[in-house]
Amino acid sequence: MNELLEITELTKSYDEKHVAVNNISLKLPKGKIIGLLGPNGSGKTTLIKMLNGLLVPTRGSIKINGQPVGVETKAHVAYLPDRTYLTGGQSINRILNYFSDFYEDFSREKALEMLKSLDIDPACRMRTLSKGTKEKVQLILVMSRNADLYVLDEPIAGVDPAARDYILRTIINNYNPAATILISTHLIGDIEKVLDEVIFLRNGQLILYTSVDNIREQQGKSVDAYFREVFAC
Amino acid sequence: MAWDLDNDRPIYAQLIERIQMQIVSGQYEPGERLPSVRELAAVAAVNPNTMQKAFAELERNGLVITQRTNGRTVTADAERIQKLRNELAQERVNAFLVEMKELGFDADEALELLRKSEREKTVE
Repeated sequence: MNELLEITELTKSYDEKHVAVNNISLKLPKGKIIGLLGPNGSGKTTLIKMLNGLLVPTRGSIKINGQPVGVETKAHVAYLPDRTYLTGGQSINRILNYFSDFYEDFSREKALEMLKSLDIDPACRMRTLSKGTKEKVQLILVMSRNADLYVLDEPIAGVDPAARDYILRTIINNYNPAATILISTHLIGDIEKVLDEVIFLRNGQLILYTSVDNIREQQGKSVDAYFREVFAC
Repeated sequence: MAWDLDNDRPIYAQLIERIQMQIVSGQYEPGERLPSVRELAAVAAVNPNTMQKAFAELERNGLVITQRTNGRTVTADAERIQKLRNELAQERVNAFLVEMKELGFDADEALELLRKSEREKTVE
């Protein structure tokens, strides 16, 4: 069984007028880095929150490793939310303790190593860090887990281009090759060279799921250029 | 230093070209052991799956040999490498002639221009 994630006829409506995710069916394999792409309001974050059990689907189902989303799947999904949940007074060391307690698959050594390579002192309190550094710390926490599925919601939005490259390298160097990484972003040009596959969403609907090489071969253009064409206003 | 890759062509194809050049230019010698997929993916700043795909293609073409005990090596077959060198040269010659034709030079004129540049270069 090479499928990691199976989404079947998934729908989420907040009320009758607002259908954020509209009847999506999708199977994602193990061992791929997949971009979740779409304009603002296309349903990316809603989909991600359902994968993590933070929102309950209106209809349809999600299975991760054959199991419905729940306590069991959360132990195997590492999630980077689009906004921070770490509070300002805590030191990074203390947060590392929380993560060690909370997640069996968390590697403190790996986290410390990545912090060191990014020159971040684990004794620092979160509120003393810049926005970009906070984002780096959060990403390091997530990537230090040995999960089956990593779900990263806008992981590079707040950092400068040089740090983006560094973060992408951190992602590809540290991920377990049997795991899948799902990355939602608007910064397609910066990340497309590390993606295997892309998912395009529009108005909550799945409009494309294909490999990056397919787009480049068939369209003769980058994913970024193709995205701009498909979603031209 | 990440490798410079075009965004509008498949990455694995560009990785293949790049590694072929490294073999032909002697940066990797015949029979030399190659870095692992993961190491090379990290250097190039690409997805290890894509590097794997490039290596699979290089293996199929006989340029790279996988040994169970010794990782991957460049082929020790000098003829195979010479064949690749000829192929790459031929591609470039063809591309050059196409461009010259677009500029309005036929093959003889293009050849004459090449000789002239070469003479002037030696004079310098």
